[in-house]
Amino acid sequence: MKDLNIYMCGVGGQGIGLLAEVMLRACHKAGYDVKGVDTHGLAQRGGTVVSHLRIGKKIHTPLIPSGKANIVIALERLEGARAASEMLDEGGKVIYYDAEYQTIGNRLGKFKYPTHEELEATVKAKNGESVRVFEEELSDPRMQNIVLIKKMIELEWIPGVDTAIVSEALAELMQGKMLEKNLELLKA
Amino acid sequence: MKKFYEQLTDKEQWKGLLMGNHAVARAMLEAGVKVITSYPGSPTPEIAEALNSVPQDMRDYHFEWATNEKVATEVAFGSSINGNMSVVFFKSVGLNVAADSLVQLGLMNLTGGLVVILGDDPGANSSQNEQDNRHFARMSYIPVMEPATPTEAYKMFLEAAKLSKKHQMPIILRLTTHVCHAKELISFGAIGESNGYKAEFDVNNGPYLPITKTVFPLKKKAMEKLDLIRKESERSPFNNIYSPFGCKEINGKKLGIISSSMPALSVMENLDKAGKPVDLLQINFSYPMPEEMIAGYLKDKDEVIIIEELDRIMEYEIKALAFDRDIKCRILTRKTHDDIMGELTSDRTWDIMTGHWPEVFESGIKPVTQPFANPRIPQMCPGCGHRSAFHAIKQALPDGTITVGDIGCHSLGFFEPYNMGEMLLSMGHSNGTAAGLTIGNEKRKVLAFIGDSTFFHAGLPAIINAVLYDHDFTLVVMENGTTAMTGHQPHAGTGEIGEKISIDKVLESFGVKFIRRIDTYQQKKLTEYIKESLDHKGFSVVIASHPCMLKFMKQQRRKEGFVQKHVEIDQSKCERHLTCIEDFGCPSFVKNEDGSITVNEDLCIGDGSCRPTCPVSAIDFKKEAK
Repeated sequence: MKDLNIYMCGVGGQGIGLLAEVMLRACHKAGYDVKGVDTHGLAQRGGTVVSHLRIGKKIHTPLIPSGKANIVIALERLEGARAASEMLDEGGKVIYYDAEYQTIGNRLGKFKYPTHEELEATVKAKNGESVRVFEEELSDPRMQNIVLIKKMIELEWIPGVDTAIVSEALAELMQGKMLEKNLELLKA
Repeated sequence: MKKFYEQLTDKEQWKGLLMGNHAVARAMLEAGVKVITSYPGSPTPEIAEALNSVPQDMRDYHFEWATNEKVATEVAFGSSINGNMSVVFFKSVGLNVAADSLVQLGLMNLTGGLVVILGDDPGANSSQNEQDNRHFARMSYIPVMEPATPTEAYKMFLEAAKLSKKHQMPIILRLTTHVCHAKELISFGAIGESNGYKAEFDVNNGPYLPITKTVFPLKKKAMEKLDLIRKESERSPFNNIYSPFGCKEINGKKLGIISSSMPALSVMENLDKAGKPVDLLQINFSYPMPEEMIAGYLKDKDEVIIIEELDRIMEYEIKALAFDRDIKCRILTRKTHDDIMGELTSDRTWDIMTGHWPEVFESGIKPVTQPFANPRIPQMCPGCGHRSAFHAIKQALPDGTITVGDIGCHSLGFFEPYNMGEMLLSMGHSNGTAAGLTIGNEKRKVLAFIGDSTFFHAGLPAIINAVLYDHDFTLVVMENGTTAMTGHQPHAGTGEIGEKISIDKVLESFGVKFIRRIDTYQQKKLTEYIKESLDHKGFSVVIASHPCMLKFMKQQRRKEGFVQKHVEIDQSKCERHLTCIEDFGCPSFVKNEDGSITVNEDLCIGDGSCRPTCPVSAIDFKKEAK
C-alpha cells in the first residue's frame, strides 16, 4: 500500500485523544509502520485539537505537511471544514461527525459557521470524497469518536483495520463498563 | 493485557508504541535514576504522568512536584551531590525560574549525575514565548543533546545519564513539543538491579561554595569538562550523515545541509522526495559542537545550508569555525525573520532549500491549501468558576480600571467577551506589575489576578512587597483547587501532597488587612466584595474560589447512577438581550440563524452558573433532567 497521511481534528473535550490513540494502535496491529503526534496545547479549553498519523515504510517526521492529508477524520463540522481547506490533499477523503460547536466569533456574529454543503463543496473542489456521520439517538456525546471509527471500518479506507483489531486496541485503553459500552456501540 | 505501569516497570526488554515523554520516563528507570523533580508545564507533564502511574510501593525512585522549577532544580542538585542519579524537568520558560540555581550547576561536581530535561516549545503552542534554551546551555557550561524522535529521546537519555555520571556534570536533554508528544514503536532494554539511595555527600568532592577566588578554578574545571564532552560528541552516533542518494556534484558544486533534531527529519523527508545527490549532516548531540566532524563535512562541500529551528546558534558557531579554519565552503542560512519563528515543518524546510537551490529543489508544487478564516480561540470550559468570576468582577469595575493578568486558565479572560487581564509577563508577575501601575496613579483603579498554584510558585515575594508598601490595588486569587491548565496536578494548597497550606492564613500572617473569600457562583456577593476591595485604601485581596469543573465533572461521571443535567432557555421569556452570549459567554449557548438562543447539550454540564446572568430569568434547569 502507498503511504497514508491521516489527519484527525476536533474541539478540545470531544475525545480526539482517544480517537487518535485507537487509530494509531489499530493501524499498528494491522501491520503498518506508524508514527503519530498529538497537539496538546490548550486541548481541554475548547480550542482546536489535532492529531497526525502517518503510515509508511520511510516516514521520518510525524507531522503531515500542509495540504498533504489523504484522509481527514473530523469530530466537528467547522474543524472538518478547516482541515478540508488547509490540510486535505487533492483527491483526499473526509469523514466528519456533524456536531456543531460554535466559536465565540460565530456567536458574536463575526464569522459565519459553515454549513455541511460548504464543507462538502471544499472537498469536491479538490476532487475528494466526503462522508457525513451523525447519530440522532447517541446517548453520550463523548462516544461520537466511536461512531466515526465504526464508519471508518465500514468504508475500508485503511485496509486491514477491522472491528476485531479496533476492539483489541480499545481493550488496551479502557476497561469495565466504559469498554463494554464502547464495544457495544462499535459492534452494533 | 499489562497495565501501563506494569509495562513501564517491566524488568525485561519489551517493545511498545509510546510517546516521547513516556519513553524518557522508562529510560530513567533503566538508568537507575533515584530522584526526579519537576513543576508542571506543557509539553512535559506526561513524564510525570508515567512516573506517577506506578503505585508508591513499587517505586524504586522518588518523584516530587516541587513548588517551582528553582526548588525542583535544587532538590535534584542536593540528591545528586549525595551520590544519587537525579533528574529535573520542566517547560521552556520554567528554565527562567530555575536559572538562578541552574546556571551554577556546571561549576559543581555532581557526583551522582544530573540530567536536566527541557521541553522547549517552537511555535509557542502552550507558552508565552518560544525562547531557545540552547542559549542558556552555553551561558551555563552545560552540554546539550537534542533528540529528533521518541526512540532517540529514550536512547539519548541513557547516554546523557551515563556521561553525566562519568564526568560528574549536568547534561541537558532538550526536547521540543512534538518530540515530547510524538509516538512510535520503541524497543526498550532491561532494568538492572536496584542500587538503593546514597547519602555520600563529601565536601572534598567540591568545593561547592563559589565565593570570590574559588569561582575561577570551578569555572576552569567546567570548561575543561566541556572539552572532554566535545570528544564524546565528535564520535557520537547521534551525529551522523544521512545520504539517501550519495553526494555528487550538481552543476559543478557539491551541496550539503547541516541540521539538528526535528528539522533534520524534515530535511530527510525532502531529500527522499527530491531524489538528488545532496546529503545531510545531522547534529543531535549539539553542544559542545563536534568541530572536527563539521569541519570535515564543510571541506567536502562547495555550499552548505544550515537549517536549525528558532535562533541562529549553530549557524554562528559553524561560520566562526569555517572562518577560523579558512574553509572555503559557502555557508547559506535562513533568510527571513519568519524563518526564525515557529516549527520548521517539511514544507517550510523545502521552501528554505528551494530558496537557495531552485535548480535542485523545484518550487511550484505547492499544496492545494487555503487558509481558513474562522478562528477557534480556546475558552474557559462550561461551568468554569473563572467565567462567573470575570462576569461578576466586570460589573464592579469603574471605567478606566487596569486589569493585570497572570498565567493559568484565567489568562483566557483576556479574550472576548471579558477582555480582562490586559498584560502578562510570567508566572506570578501580576502583583509586581500591579504595584508599578499604582505608583503616582490617583486616577485609575488597578486589579490583578493570580491562580492558586501560581500563588505558591512565584506569587509570594511580590505579595509580601505589596503588603510592605501597602500598594493600592486589589488582588483576586482565582482559586480552582488544582493546577488546571497543565492537567490537574496537585499544589501546596490542594492537600493532595502534604497538609493543605491555606492561602487565607498565609495572607493573614503577612498582615493583609482586607481579605474576602467567596464562591464565584455567588456572583452578586463577589461583585460587592470587589467594589469594597477597590474602595479599600491599600492592598486588598479577594479569593474568588470555585473548584475546576472539568476535574469535578470527570469525577462525577465515574460515579454510579450519574445523570447529566442541563439548562434550557424558556423561549417564551427570552427577550434576546444576548447577555448569556455577549457578556457571560458560556460556549454551551448556540446562536441560531433566526436569532434565537438554545443550549448545546453536548457541552452544557447543567451547573446553572449562567442562570443569574439572564436579565429576564429565562434560563433554568431543564425539567426532565431533575
